[in-house]
Amino acid sequence: MIAEAGLAALWLAAALAAMQFVLAAIAVRRVLIDPEDGSALTTDLIGAVRPVAIVQGALAALAMALLIAVFLRSDMSVLLVAENSHSEKPWLYKFAGAWGNHEGSMLLWVTILGLAGGAVAIFERSLARATLTATLGAQALIALGFYAFLLFASNPFARIDPAPSDGQGLNPLLQDPGLAFHPPTLYIGYVGISVAFSFAVGALVARDVGPAFARAMRPWVLGAWIFLTLGITAGSYWAYYELGWGGWWFWDPVENASLMPWLAATALLHSVTVLATRDGLRAWTVMLAVVAFSMSMIGTFLVRSGILTSVHAFAVDPTRGSFILALLVLYIGGALALFATRVGTVRAGNTFDLVSREGALVANNLLLSVILGVVLIGTLYPILAAGFGVQLSVGPPFFNKAAGPVALLLVVVMAAGPLLRWRRDGLRALAARMGAPVAAFAIVLVAVLVFGGGISLLPLLGLALAAGLAVASVAPLWGRNLLRTPLFTWGMVVAHLGIAVSLAGMASESAFTKQTLVAARVGEPQQVGPYTVTLNGVSPVIGPNWSALEAHLSARRGDAPAILLRPQSRFFTNPVTVTSESAIATVWDGQLYTVLGQIDGAGRVQLRLWWKPFVTLIWLGGALVALGGALSLVGRLLRERRARRRVEAEAWV
Amino acid sequence: MKAKQQRMMLAGLGLAAVAAAALLALSALKDQASFFYAPGDVQRQGLPLGRAVRLGGMVEDGSIKRQADGVSIHFVVGDGVARVPVSFRGIAPDLFRERSGVVAEGSFNPDGSFTATNLLAKHDEKYMPPQMAGKMHETTTLKE
Repeated sequence: MIAEAGLAALWLAAALAAMQFVLAAIAVRRVLIDPEDGSALTTDLIGAVRPVAIVQGALAALAMALLIAVFLRSDMSVLLVAENSHSEKPWLYKFAGAWGNHEGSMLLWVTILGLAGGAVAIFERSLARATLTATLGAQALIALGFYAFLLFASNPFARIDPAPSDGQGLNPLLQDPGLAFHPPTLYIGYVGISVAFSFAVGALVARDVGPAFARAMRPWVLGAWIFLTLGITAGSYWAYYELGWGGWWFWDPVENASLMPWLAATALLHSVTVLATRDGLRAWTVMLAVVAFSMSMIGTFLVRSGILTSVHAFAVDPTRGSFILALLVLYIGGALALFATRVGTVRAGNTFDLVSREGALVANNLLLSVILGVVLIGTLYPILAAGFGVQLSVGPPFFNKAAGPVALLLVVVMAAGPLLRWRRDGLRALAARMGAPVAAFAIVLVAVLVFGGGISLLPLLGLALAAGLAVASVAPLWGRNLLRTPLFTWGMVVAHLGIAVSLAGMASESAFTKQTLVAARVGEPQQVGPYTVTLNGVSPVIGPNWSALEAHLSARRGDAPAILLRPQSRFFTNPVTVTSESAIATVWDGQLYTVLGQIDGAGRVQLRLWWKPFVTLIWLGGALVALGGALSLVGRLLRERRARRRVEAEAWV
Repeated sequence: MKAKQQRMMLAGLGLAAVAAAALLALSALKDQASFFYAPGDVQRQGLPLGRAVRLGGMVEDGSIKRQADGVSIHFVVGDGVARVPVSFRGIAPDLFRERSGVVAEGSFNPDGSFTATNLLAKHDEKYMPPQMAGKMHETTTLKE
């Protein structure tokens, strides 16, 4: 019964989305014909769109809750549960397993989409009625496509008869607490971008592209960007410790699928600020919103179509791929066509000098676009080539070579940007303000050259630029009363500092990592970086649904007490898989990363040991970036609220 | 008028950025894309020396030789048409075994052998890389 109720909720939500779209379309049409239209019908139509959006979101959430319920109850008569769950799984994985598969993750997608639409309907107060109604109409149209996809091509509530006695289990690589957080975080990011896209479409339809629209869109862009940042950071750390390959970024298409919307959202975030505060870059910002949403759709397509093979591609099904591709073409094509027909009605905004905050932000946008283009081409090229019968893969050498230098250039712009004034500034004045950052850059450059040994160019520049950027990031705080500095300025400072921290971690990891690969005997000491690692023995371990071999390692460094590490090689029975569980010791200046390989006939144990100095800075920086975004978001929301209060208070007098 | 010019300039810059990205990507792709080879392809097309490639095929029965250092292995990858000796230093994936599929990442040596830096083993039916599925299929038809 639960499954049928879930399906019914999904159909109802789809019907409401259709209704929301039709109501909004009629209302917007009437308002566009006569902007002064105050007739009862128009007012009623507009009034109806909001509650419909809210109920639609609630119904989608209900369907998701019911799917989680059948997973928690291990109801094997539901096909999805039988294929992806097992009654002996720990409850966390039954719960998170609800979206650890294709159908469930798509349902999570529309649930978040529906809830976001509901949130826009509830909280958005400052936007013109036509723009808001058109926005909710666009949101309904996006949701409708995904409801159709779920109901016709990926029904999560399908039954299986006869029901099997037990399920096939979850891919062991996914059996990690990360599964509970990583997909929802990224989906909130993707979907938040879809809201920004709907705002852009709404503003184009209602011919209302201006600062008011930018201020309404900004919190959504910021929110989406925070979640994407967190999702990417967490996903990177998850891959780092779960895969046991010692790397933190593999330029895997699935990783790129989350990086591309992030790059576009970062550009959008900066251009929307120009539009909101300086009323410049109008058409540009709308275009970026379309691009950002295109990237999250392409990301969804790459991950969900089964065109890629990875732990993310749950099932290979061409019809599903075609369905998402059709949605992608429909939405992106439609949005671009709308943009092309309406861009003439977008009046040019304020102008600015080349050397100004706006100029730096344009440079930021251009460089981010170049990186985005490089990543997009590198990601899609193998798929296109496969269409012509050529099989190839594009890996880290390509991305590092093509995107790395551009990214470093971007860091230079990033250091200078916040030190520039809006509208107009002088190069000489900028040079004076850049003195301290340039000094930091030079000192680190020389220090690394002298003490770092033979270091290659990119990590060297990375370390030096990170130092310069760190100094430049906090420079906007100099000479200011820190308590009276607005929260969003703090946000910018913290986020930029986070990039510097992360960059330092990446450069240090790439330049100074030490690796030892051995077949070790018990008691034999191995050297890796500053550590001496000794194998004390190997023992079997039993887990809830796996058994494992566990190596006992003790790592010593100088006179400090030994660190104990226990990497495992785990054997799962449902389905039969072997995974490697790395053991990582975190100290203040880096991580000792250990992986257990196979045991050979002579009793030797394969061990792979890494010493990664300051590698933790990568994720710490990512967390700082997200924190900066959160500070900024809170600062903006508080200021908006205060401004509204003031207007209301004046209206009383 | 000034605003209009600035707008055109921005549009121009945007296009230039896109073009720059495309050029940059294509020039890097020319020497960084890693092509997929089956042993039979090598026989037909010659050795792709000096670049990173992927070699896919079956690990031949009885060909895995573990070396004295405990972390190096030698094995032979075949596709029914040709055979390539492969050497690898590292921890082989758990599902790497004889008579099952493998994709080796690395490069060819002038003597026709292959030095792998990474091995991807066939996971199970569900997770088989499409490149591999395609190649295997192709070479079986060739054999018949």
